[in-house]
Amino acid sequence: MNYFQLFDLPEQFELDLAELGSRYLALQKRFHPDNYAAGSERDRLLAVQQTANINDAYHSLKHPLLRAEHMLALRGIKLSNEQRSFTDPAFLMQQMELREQLAELATVVDPEQALYDIEQELQQQRKALLRALHQALASGTAAQDQLAAELVRKLKFFYKLQQELELIEQQLQD
Amino acid sequence: MALLQIAEPGQSAAPHQHKLAAGIDLGTTNSLVATVRSGEAKVLLNQAGEAMVPSVVQYGAKQVVVGSAAVAAAVSDPENTIVSVKRLMGKGYQETLALTEKLPYQLIEQSGLVAIETAAGVKNPVEVSAEILATLANTASQTLGGELNGVVITVPAYFDDAQRQATKDAAKLAGLNVLRLLNEPTAAALAYGLDSGQEGIIAVYDLGGGTFDISILRLRRGVFEVLATGGDSALGGDDFDQALVALLQQQHDQPNLSASARRQYQQQAKAIKERLTSSDSTDYSFSADGQQLSGSVSRQQFEDLISPLVKQTIRACRQSLRDAGLTADEVLKVVLVGGSTRVPLVRQQVAAFFGSEPLTSIDPDQVVAIGAAIQANVLVGNKADNETLLLDVIPLSLGIETMGGLTEKIIPRNTVIPVARAQEFTTFKDGQTAMAIHVVQGERELVEDCRSLARFELRGIPPMPAGGAHIRVTFQVDADGLLSVSAMEKSTGVQASIQVKPSYGLTDDQVAQMISGSMQYARQDMQQRLLREQQVEAERVLEAVSAALATDAALLNEHELATIRDALRQLAELKQQGDTAAIKAAIEHTNQLTDDFAARRMDKSIRLALQGHKVDEV
Repeated sequence: MNYFQLFDLPEQFELDLAELGSRYLALQKRFHPDNYAAGSERDRLLAVQQTANINDAYHSLKHPLLRAEHMLALRGIKLSNEQRSFTDPAFLMQQMELREQLAELATVVDPEQALYDIEQELQQQRKALLRALHQALASGTAAQDQLAAELVRKLKFFYKLQQELELIEQQLQD
Repeated sequence: MALLQIAEPGQSAAPHQHKLAAGIDLGTTNSLVATVRSGEAKVLLNQAGEAMVPSVVQYGAKQVVVGSAAVAAAVSDPENTIVSVKRLMGKGYQETLALTEKLPYQLIEQSGLVAIETAAGVKNPVEVSAEILATLANTASQTLGGELNGVVITVPAYFDDAQRQATKDAAKLAGLNVLRLLNEPTAAALAYGLDSGQEGIIAVYDLGGGTFDISILRLRRGVFEVLATGGDSALGGDDFDQALVALLQQQHDQPNLSASARRQYQQQAKAIKERLTSSDSTDYSFSADGQQLSGSVSRQQFEDLISPLVKQTIRACRQSLRDAGLTADEVLKVVLVGGSTRVPLVRQQVAAFFGSEPLTSIDPDQVVAIGAAIQANVLVGNKADNETLLLDVIPLSLGIETMGGLTEKIIPRNTVIPVARAQEFTTFKDGQTAMAIHVVQGERELVEDCRSLARFELRGIPPMPAGGAHIRVTFQVDADGLLSVSAMEKSTGVQASIQVKPSYGLTDDQVAQMISGSMQYARQDMQQRLLREQQVEAERVLEAVSAALATDAALLNEHELATIRDALRQLAELKQQGDTAAIKAAIEHTNQLTDDFAARRMDKSIRLALQGHKVDEV
C-alpha cells in the first residue's frame, strides 16, 4: 500500500507534518469504528481494519526514518527486518566511541554538561545524515536509492543512541 | 473490503429514531448507570433511590442479592459475599493466591482462572460482574421504559487484554450490547465537556476504591487523544482503609482478625476516613467479635499512614507525563475522579504537583458514568452531528516470546488503536506443519515478568524444508483494546488455522456455555436470543446497505444493482421468519455481494474526506 496516496500527498521525503496530521485526523474522523458502533458486525470489523491501516500509514510517514524506509520499499528496496552486517569500519568505530561516552556518563564530574554535549553531537550528525538522505531520495536513480538505504541504516544507529541517551537522562533525573 | 455505512456529516443514514443507551461505570467498590435524557446526562437511581450500587454480590443457597442489601451480608456471610470482584477480572488462580489474605472466600481453580466456591455453586468473576451489570441495566430499562439498544462500559485505562475481554464477556452474559469499552479517565474528561471549545493537555487523576489511574489526554480540533496512561491496578481508597485497619489493630493489639471482625474494622476505617476529610481528628467506637473498641485518630496520623500511597500516585503522574513527553506546567486542566479524591491530602498533593487547582464541580463518584452516558448516546446514533472522535492508545506493549524466554515487542505501548502489525515466522524443521506462539503483554524483557495473554497454535502449515515456510501472523487490536490474531503462510497463501487458548480468559465456547447454563436462560430462551441476535444483525445490514445505495448507487452497473436489491429483499423476508441459520446465511450472502461495492465506496469516501478537509482549510 502506498501511504502517500492514502493521504493524497506527493511522494517525497520532505513533508509538512502539520498537513499530514490534519489529513490523518480527517480520515480518522471518517472511518473510526465508533462511527459504526451501531452498525453491522462486518462494517465494524472493516472499520477496524481501515483505521488500523490509517494509523499505520500515519505512524510510518510521521517519522523520517520510517518514511524513508517506506519510500525505499515502494522503490523495491526492503529494509525492515533485514539481517545484514555493516561494512563501514570507520562508521562502526565512531559508533563504538559514542557508546563508550554514554557508558561513562554516570562517572564524569558534570554529567549534565556531558549529556548536553553528546546530545548536541548526536543531533548534528543526525541532521547531516537526514540532509544527505533527503538529497539521495530526491534524485530517484537506482544508485542514489542504494545510497539512501545505506544512510537509513546509519541513521538507525543514531536513533537508537538517542533512545539510550534519553533513558540515561531519566535515570540521572531520578 | 466490504460495505461501510457512511453518513455524511449532518445527515443521518436512517430516519431518525431515538434509541435507548446507557453508560455504566463498573467500579471496584461501587457501580453506577447513567443516561442522556432531554440532552442532559444524569445518573439513574434504583428502586431504593440509590445512585451508587455497591459492587457486592451475595450468593445465597436460594437467591442472589446485589448491591446495598448484600453489603450487610458482607459482615454476616463473608464467604458467600463477593466484594471488589473487579480486582479478580481476567486474573489467573495463581496470581490471585498472592492476595488471599485479603479475601475471605473459598478460591478454586477453573481451567487456570480464579473462581469462587459459594452456597449457590462455583462462580467466576465474569459471572459475578454480569450480575452487577444486569442489575444496573435493569434500573436503566425500568427508568427509560424499554430494552437498552446498547451500553458503554468503562474500564481502567491500563486494563490489559484479558481484563477487557472479561468485562466484555460479563456484558454478553448479562445480555447487553456493548457499543464500546471506554477508558474511565476519557469518560471523565467527556463529562466535563472538555471536548468542546478547549484545546490542550488534560490530566485525569482517578483514585477510586481499588484502582489508581492517571491519564494524559490531548485535545486538538475536537479530537481526544490519549497520550499516555499509567497507574496501579491494586491501589486505591481500599488501601487507605487497610492502613487504618492496621492502625486500629495496633491500637487494640489485635494482630489476627476473624473474617467478620475484619469487615467490622473495614467499615469503621471507612467511616473514620470520611470524617477526617472535614475534621482534624475523630473519635470512634464499635464492637467486633463481642469486644467493645474505642479510640481516636487524628488527620495527621491518617496522613502519615497514607502519605507513601499518595506519593506513589504522584510518581505515576510524573512517569506518565514523561511518557507523553510533557512537563507538569504544560497541563491545562486536571480532572479529579473517584471518591478517594475527597481526601484533602490527595487534593493538596495533586494541586501542588500540577501547579493548578483541579476540576471538582461534578461529583467525583459520578463523573465517569456521566461521561459514559454521553458517549453511549453518541455511539448508539442519537447524535448525528457529532464531531468528537476518541482516539485511544494501547496501554501495555504486546509482544511474543522468543528464544530464551525473552519478549519481542510487536506493538509498543501508547500506539494509537485500532492497530494491526504483522510479524513473520519461519519453520525450523523439515516438514514442520505446526507452530506454537506465546503472546504476552507488558514492558519487561523477560516473558515471566510479563502477563501471558494467550498461546496460539498454528496448524495446517504446508510441509516444506526447514525455513521454507514463511508464516505471516497479524496481531490486530480493535478500538476496545482487544486483541485478535490471524495467520497466513505466504508462499502458498494457505490460511493457517489458529487455536487460541487465552491464558487468563474464557474461550468463546466457555462463554456460550455460561450463557446457556445460566439460570436466567432456559433452553428456549436461548434459542430465542440467538434468533433475536441474527434479526438485529440482519436489520443493521439492511439499514447499512440501503443507506449505501441511497447515496452511491451510481457506483454500480444495472446488473450489480439488481442483484444487490434482490439479496436485500430476500434478507428482509427471511428476517421475518424464525429460521436463525437461514438469516445468518442470507447476511453472509449479502455481505459477499456487496464486497466490491464497499471497496469503491471506501475509495470515494477517502477522496471526499480529504477534499472536505481541504475545503475546511480554505
